[in-house]
Order: sequence, then C-alpha cells, then structure tokens
Amino acid sequence: MNAPLGSLDRPNSYIGRSVPRPNAKRLLAGRGRYVTDLVLPRMLHAAFLRSPYAHARIASIDTEAARAMPGVRLVATGADLAGLCTPWTGTLDHFKGMKSAPQLPLPLEEVLWSGQAVVAVVADSRAQAEDAAEAILVEFEELPPVTDIDAARTPGADRAASGIEDNLCFRTRLDTGGLDAIFAGAAHVVEEEFHFGRHTAVTLEPRAILADWDAGEGKLTVHHATQTPYQFQDLYSRHFGIAEASVRVIAPDIGGSFGMKLHVYHEDMAVIGLALMCRRPVKYVADRMESFVSDIHARDHRVRARMAVDAEGTILAMDVDDVTAIGAFSTYPRTSAVEGNQVVRLMGAPYRFRNYRAELSVVFQNKVQTSQYRAVGHPVACAVTERMVDLAAARAGLDPVAMREKNLIPDEAYPCDSPTGYKFEALSHQACLAKLKALIEYDALRAEQAALRARGIHRGIGIASFVEISNPSPAFYGIGGARISAQDGATLSITPSGEVRCLISVTEQGQGTETIIGQIVADQLGVAREKVRVVTGDTETTPHGGATWACRGAGIGGETALQAARRLRDNVLALAAAILQASPGQLDLRDGRIVDAMGGAERISLAEVARIAYFRSDTLPPDTNAQLSITHHYAPQGYPFAFTNGVQGCHVELDTDTGLVKILRHWVVEDCGRIINPLLVDEQVRGGVVQGLGAAFFEECRYDAGGQLTNGSLADYLVPMACEMPDIVVGHVETPTADTVLGAKGCGEAGTAAASAAALNAVNDAMAPLGGRIAQIPMTPARLLKSLGKI
Amino acid sequence: MSSALPVTLTVNGETLTRLVEPRETLADFLRRDLGLTGTHAGCEMGVCGACLVMLDGAPVHACLTFAVQADGAEIATVEGLTENGVLADLQHAFHQRNALQCGFCTPGMLVSAQGLLARTALPSRAEIRDALSGNYCRCTGYEAIVDAIETVARRRAAGETAAPFMEEPA
Repeated sequence: MNAPLGSLDRPNSYIGRSVPRPNAKRLLAGRGRYVTDLVLPRMLHAAFLRSPYAHARIASIDTEAARAMPGVRLVATGADLAGLCTPWTGTLDHFKGMKSAPQLPLPLEEVLWSGQAVVAVVADSRAQAEDAAEAILVEFEELPPVTDIDAARTPGADRAASGIEDNLCFRTRLDTGGLDAIFAGAAHVVEEEFHFGRHTAVTLEPRAILADWDAGEGKLTVHHATQTPYQFQDLYSRHFGIAEASVRVIAPDIGGSFGMKLHVYHEDMAVIGLALMCRRPVKYVADRMESFVSDIHARDHRVRARMAVDAEGTILAMDVDDVTAIGAFSTYPRTSAVEGNQVVRLMGAPYRFRNYRAELSVVFQNKVQTSQYRAVGHPVACAVTERMVDLAAARAGLDPVAMREKNLIPDEAYPCDSPTGYKFEALSHQACLAKLKALIEYDALRAEQAALRARGIHRGIGIASFVEISNPSPAFYGIGGARISAQDGATLSITPSGEVRCLISVTEQGQGTETIIGQIVADQLGVAREKVRVVTGDTETTPHGGATWACRGAGIGGETALQAARRLRDNVLALAAAILQASPGQLDLRDGRIVDAMGGAERISLAEVARIAYFRSDTLPPDTNAQLSITHHYAPQGYPFAFTNGVQGCHVELDTDTGLVKILRHWVVEDCGRIINPLLVDEQVRGGVVQGLGAAFFEECRYDAGGQLTNGSLADYLVPMACEMPDIVVGHVETPTADTVLGAKGCGEAGTAAASAAALNAVNDAMAPLGGRIAQIPMTPARLLKSLGKI
Repeated sequence: MSSALPVTLTVNGETLTRLVEPRETLADFLRRDLGLTGTHAGCEMGVCGACLVMLDGAPVHACLTFAVQADGAEIATVEGLTENGVLADLQHAFHQRNALQCGFCTPGMLVSAQGLLARTALPSRAEIRDALSGNYCRCTGYEAIVDAIETVARRRAAGETAAPFMEEPA
C-alpha cells in the first residue's frame, strides 16, 4: 500500500477528509440550473411524432395540416434533416467484423422500433408543437418485427433493419483451450441459464437539449444535459460541418446521467438541425413516456453458463454463452457491443481458475437501442459468476464464504492477469471478504437463519465478489477510432487576489466531482478549500478531456488536478523566491501563505505574490517568469485500466406465500484505492447498490412479442422506493494504484456491479430448503412463486 | 384548447393574478410563467414527487394540479420555503449528510420531509421511508435522506432552531 499523501492534521489536508459539497447548497435552495430550466430569447420548442410500430416502412408523410397549426414554425422530416447532418455508424474498429446500419436524425424510409422519432415539429410552445405533431399523417406499412434472440439468428430470418445483411451485430469468442476435456474430467459440473431483464437509467431529469445557432458568427452553442460535452462538441462539429472551435457545448447541472446521457440520440441530432434551420434557439426535453422509448436500455442478456469444479471445491473452468439483444442499431459513438464484451471478459475475474471459454453474440432486434449504463456489463458477469460459485459450492459441500476463500485470487498474488486478458495491478478480494464476514457477523447470521427456518421464516444470505473496470486508457475507445479522449486537462490559475480557479474537463452530475477536485487542488497547492473555485462542463472554458464516465473522474481527473496543482505550486514558489530573494526550495505554500519550509514562519501571502505579479510586474527582477496560470493534461499510463474490487452481502426474507422479498440489510466492502472524500464515496456506493437492487427485484422494460413496450411509464416501470430499500453498511479496504501519485481508482459503479448478484444469491439461499431455484432478474413475486412451484 | 382564464393566487407570500390556459399545470405555471424552476417535472403523472409544492400548507403534486385549480390558494415552493427559513434545518442536514447528488429530486424531498415532520414529530426510520415512497431518488439510495430527516426530527423535537441556510460557509 502507498504511503498516505499527507497527514490530516496539517492545514489544507483535504485528501481523505469528509467534506460536504459546496455546489450542493444551491441545489438545496432550488437554484439548480438544469437544461430543463433554461430559457433563451426567441426560444422555440420541439416535439416529435413517433412510430407506433416496432418495424414499418414509411409510405407517406403529410404535414400540411400540422404546418397550419397555431404557433408552428417548422415541420421537418428525415429528408429535411438528412441534408444537414452526415450519417453515423455505431461501430468500433477493434471489434472485428462488427456491423450496424448508418443512422440519421430522423428516418427516411423505415422505422426500426416503436417510439422512434419520425417527424419533428418546432413551435412557440411545447404544447403547440405536440398539438401539431398529432395533426401529422404518416402512413406506415408494417414489417415483421424481430424480437426473439434465437429466431433473429436463424438463417433467412427477417431482418431488424433493411440496411443490414443479417441480425448479428458482433460476435466474439474467447478460448484458453482444452475446455471440453476439463469439463469431462471434473468432479462436479454445474450449469444454469440466466435471463437478465432489459432496464433503463430513469434519470430523474429526462434528456434535455437546447441548441442555438448564431448564423452571423457561424457559431453553435448547445446546452446539453450530458456527461461528455467534448465528445458532443466533436460530433456536432463533424456531422454538421461546423468548425470545432465554433461549437460550444455546455453541460450545466445534470439531473442524473449514469451513462445514459453520453450517447448520441436521434432527437438531439435533429434538434441541432432544427436550430440551424430555424436560426433560433430550439429546446427539446423528453417527457417521461418518451424517455422510456428513446433513452438507451441496457442489460438484455441471456447467458448459459457451466462451471467445472474438482472434488475439493477448487474451480477449474468456466464456459459461457452470452446472447444480448441491442435494438436495431448499435449506438454511437460508444457502440452497443461494449456491454457484452465486458460481460464475457469480466466473467470469473475475482477467481484463480485459468480455463475459460466464452461466446458472445450481439443481436439486432426491433426495440430501443441498448448501450452503456452504470457498471456496464458488470452486473451480468458478476451475477453469473457468483451464482455459479454458489451452485458449485453447494455441489462440493462448501459454505459460500469458504468456497470464495478457497478460490479467490490471493491478495499477495498480484500483479496478475485474467484468462480473458485483463491485467490486474493490485486487488484485495481476500481482505474485503474477511472484512465483510466480520461486518455481517456471518456465523451468527447463519445460526439465526437456521433457527428461523425451523419456525417457517425463510431468510437468505447472498455473497458476491466483484471487480470493477475503471480509468480506461485509449485501449477502450481511442484505438477503435472513436474520438473519445482518455486524457483530461485542467487550467489552474492564481487570481489577482490570491484565490484559485480550476477549469477542468471532468464533469459533475452530483457525484461530487467538483468537490474532490477542489479538495485535491487545495491540498496540493496549500490553500484553504474555500479559496478554490472549480469550473466544469463548458467546452469553451475548460480544456478538452474525456470528462466523467467509467469512474474516471477521481482517478484520471483527480490525478490531472494533482499534477496541475503541483506545477502551479512550483511556479508560485519560484515567483515568491524571486520576490523574496530566496531559493524556492526553502519555501513552502501553506494555508495561502508562503512560509519558510523549515519552521513555517510566514514570508509573504499568496495574495501579495499575486498582486505583485498582476499589477506591479515592474518591481520584479528582470527575466522573472511569472506564470500564475498553467494548463496541464494527464493521460493514464501503465496499466490499460485500473481495476477496483470488493464484495457485497445481501440479507433477505422471502414470503413464500406471496413471493415478496424484504431486503433486510445490504453490506459492501470495497477497495477504490485512495479515498479522497469518504462521505462522497459511501454515498456513491449506496446509490449504486440501490440501482443494482432495482434491477434485482423491480426494473424491467417489458415487451410483447410485437415489439411494443408495455410498461413505459413511471407508474408501470418500477424503480426502488425508499420503503423497499434497506440500510446499507459500507466498509473499505484501501489499495491505492501505484500508477498515479494520487492513487485513486473510482467508486461509482462498485455498488451496481454486484448488488443484483448478492441479491440473487440471497434469494436462492432462502429458497434452497424449499427446492426453489431462480436464475432470472428481476426476481418478481410471480417468478419466485413459479420457482417455488406455487403457481 | 380554450381561451386563457384568470387565476389569482398567493405564491411564496406574494398575491398575483395571471391568465393561464386551462390545460396548464401548476408545475408549468410555476416554472414557466413565474420562473420558479426549483419545482421540477420528473414524470408529469404524480409518481416521482420532484414537483411537490406546498398548497395551503400541505404537499401536493404540482404536475397533477392545474394552475386554474390553484385559484385562491396559497402556494409555497422551495424558493419561498428557503427565503422564509422554513427548510433551513432540513437543508443544512441534507448538505452535511450529502443527502442529495444530482439535486433534481431534492426540492420535492424537502417539501415531503417538511410535510412529514408537520404530521409526525418524531417518525421512526421506517415511517420516514414510508413517507418518502412518493419521492423517487435515483442517486442516493435514500439512506442519507432518511438520516438527514431523522436528525432534523430530533433537533426540532429538542427545540433547536437553524441558522439561515445560505449564509453558512460551505
């Protein structure tokens, strides 16, 4: 483990300290500034007519009546927008053989899912735009919808889109060799077929965009509720032919994102085109019904898995077949294949076994597109692995914890790699499991479980170890040809009053990015945290960077801020030394004052140094290089990814008459490397767990055989409520990465990665004495009663 | 669509008269006509609770109330409840406990919490969780919110008063 960056008892020691978020106060006062809230002069509103069919040909569009409606300024079809925006294709070069049909803002001839936007209306008010959209007449000729993943892959099957030759978007195989012989010779082989319900992010603020084209200046300004303003600056520039420097994307307060708001949406591209055509600001906010049929969905997987175990319970091999259905297009620019790719590569990651075979099939169908959502692929890989471990433990006669103790990669065995090619620097599965076991009071809980079973109360305990992939290098998107940065940049300045401004490319969606960046800058510079103003989310003012996704905010953004602060500190001390006729090495910056490094006596305040530099440079010695602003970029080097790890425990009580499950308690012990702000880390973990428990018990986008979403409203689609969620105990093991000075890895996805797996194991544990067994999430009461043979 | 109707109501202590379309919701009226964007629209069907405001002292869904229905009513939004200090202790506790992330559900949560504590002085954690079941939060996992409300309930029961919220240093 790295040495601590500093002790917490000196001034400005903020790394490792729980401090509240300065930017949360205005949110609490109702003074957030979400895109939803923004109003610009002469702003117009867009609404969309959407396809009622999962798959159909557009025979004709009649917009005449709509154009005559009150307040209507523009009605635009696919053909109108196709002339403004070049098509996009959601493939990455390093996914060999991947294909997807080209996409446009609105379709020309064919609609590919129920809910796809077909015609845009721009009017003075949103209500007028919606009124007019209802007056548009579109003749659709229905085509056969592709919804079943097996039928979709049969030769000669109907195609989900006419622009593709078959319904296989991408296929990959991993094989370490000799699997058949290992399975044939194993003492125990366990098998299961898993079904994972398609679900979606349900950010409380829906998607929102406000585009403003200034024809005079040739400048496009887009206020966009997104995590990744730089990615969209690049895309709007290239697809609409506007110089990159003339495109400004501003991401103000964002009402939740969780990965959902970093994909290209057809409506968003349409709104850019509408703003170009109207030459007035155009705003579009998805309403909740539209969100369900246009926000990306995720995690629609069927996994068949086998695990081979020797007589003592040592895992020998895993063999998996994952089929995932992604909609009719692969999303752009991150694709819809990353999730499946991570599923098959993360499978088994905490364990020692070296023999592995996987097949991944990514399949087109006529539903909403799927793509990256919080903990991409992890919950699927983790649930399959951890359930197989429990099944194998039962077969080998081992307790689930003992099974994991036996098979986890020992903490001292790192660095090592996985059979799927991931390189692990330093993980702490054993330490985390030991800590979890103590937190849970595992043996006592098992004893209580046994006693309660005797009284007809069915409780279950589920354990799930996990790894989380974070801080991706260019190996993730850059080498695939996507212009998604793996580096981040910060511009750090001492203001004339001796305060600090930090303009940084990582972004804030409420997780506390600005807070931790402020902590790091203040800590490393030697100033009070209140003196640091952190600015994010504006391509015009902040350097280009990857922004916030894949838990890279703390690890990459934090290291960027740390290195920038150290460089600026050197500049300040050099300047102070010139003023004081001292040597920089004899000076230090503490609490906003330049002091003698030895002894700490104040020599001059930072404010005075800044005053001299900005207003009295004439008094400085000749050739003094007063650089009180610096820009610094940092890209991860060393390991291609940082991995974090941990283990979760779930304690449930199953009502065997109703199939209802009460989640009694949930525990997480996780290792995110250096913890910058324990308060924020714990709340990231808790929030992540609840999204995972939502997937485990409630959340599912349910489709009928015709490709119609049947529960696309917030009354029908269940998200976890406060009364259904348990208190969540969070513990930590801290193994900083040695790849950076800061040592942080990331914590945003750890909770979601394994919560559903722990819940799945807990429910199966509760059902085991009754002969029930389930391998499908969400575990609805009806499914549980079926598993119990009651219905 | 029919012609606009006059409504007279009191919003955050100020009585005003406006013409509104009959179909305009109170949420849209507050946000669009009055610029009170602290009231949020998350589902527009009375499920998520982001739009909760006080109507004659009780939490109501502004998305399920037409503006014309609020004629003669007294409305308090998060902006007004911040300015008059009613929410100060809750806001302080939410801030200290990090009981919000993106902040979109937060105004509704605060209104709901205020309504709960007006009904029940010292609710149990289960009662708090139950009372928040009409408020969806996708970020926090709820526990910090429950903690913050529990803390405020105890402080109010002990007679503690809070300093004005925005004047405290971060």
